Amino acid sequence: MAEFSLPKNSKIQPGKHFPAKDAKKPRTFRIYRWSPDDGQNPRIDTYEVDLAACGPMVLDALLKIKNEIDPTLTLRRSCREGICGSCAMNIDGTNTLACICAIDNVAAGDVKIYPLPHMPVVKDLVPDLTHFYAQFASIKPWMRTQSAPPDRERLQSPEDRKKLDGLYECILCACCSTSCPSYWWNGDRYLGPAILLQAYRWIVDSRDEDTGARLDDLEDPFKLYRCHTIMNCARTCPKGLNPAKAIAEIKKLMVERRA
Amino acid sequence: MSTNANDLRNPLKRARGLGSAQSGATHWWRQRVTAAALVLLGLWFVALVLSLLHADYATAKAAVAKPWNALLLILFVVTAFWHAVLGLQVVIEDYVHTRWKEVALLVAIKFLAVLCALAGVLSVLRIALGA
Repeated sequence: MAEFSLPKNSKIQPGKHFPAKDAKKPRTFRIYRWSPDDGQNPRIDTYEVDLAACGPMVLDALLKIKNEIDPTLTLRRSCREGICGSCAMNIDGTNTLACICAIDNVAAGDVKIYPLPHMPVVKDLVPDLTHFYAQFASIKPWMRTQSAPPDRERLQSPEDRKKLDGLYECILCACCSTSCPSYWWNGDRYLGPAILLQAYRWIVDSRDEDTGARLDDLEDPFKLYRCHTIMNCARTCPKGLNPAKAIAEIKKLMVERRA
Repeated sequence: MSTNANDLRNPLKRARGLGSAQSGATHWWRQRVTAAALVLLGLWFVALVLSLLHADYATAKAAVAKPWNALLLILFVVTAFWHAVLGLQVVIEDYVHTRWKEVALLVAIKFLAVLCALAGVLSVLRIALGA
């Protein structure tokens, strides 16, 4: 059956508390901690951060904690401007990028931070995305053509180029896929919203010549049809994209080529 | 979806699995067509039942025996069970992950749906054909 409760070794224990001294504008961060090395259950550590001496984003606070309070805190980050997708995590119950999530926009109370849901955890806030990336590779996300390569650029009308808007912006942060209950229960076979949006990006590309084979590869009860339009993906996407719509378009094409 | 450190297969091998089943579109389309049909048939069915409120047995039997009512009732019963079995299949595939239980349930709901649909059709026919 689907897993509705955590296994014994995943049950979360109370963790350490790091109070702030003489903070002008303190805010408490409750952060999921787990290390593969100590044989302990995961725990929630609480850190008080002085926002008067901290940047505005959640990532700023996380880095302040790592630099000044607890260097063992482990997280991924790179661009700090919402374009690399590294710092995707679950902040106050919603998957988003820590770097473009303003601390002031997090609902009052403690700021709760967990790794992306239902993924194997490597350490602390770092999820194992191996399978997610392998699924991306499985759709062969590159231009596939039969005709010989032209001597110049492949031309595309402005109208056809417009069809890629809302798709090409995806940074593969995995916020949407890990927010999808269908991906939680059947992620081993269901490709998930992010990968299906990427697949659609190539299906609608006017320059790609392998549309039929791409649809063939997706026509599967699990790869595609586990999407039940729950819409968590569109709701959580930090880039404001709509993977559910891309999936619906794929389903329409599946029917269109039959009749 | 745990990754097993002892699994020496490439992650792409796992992701590609057994490949595409080349089906699913028919199931998806049938589920939608039967849903659309059930909107109309359901409204008609509710109207029929409401018209028979407080009616006695003979009146109700006569109403079911009318050719159009019998035809639409048969359609309603068949479509309802067809739609139900398509939907239940999705629920089972979603949540039942023990292989033998999944297969057993998928077969069982199909048997049950056919049985119930046939029972419904037979009942209507017996009344309509005056057995």
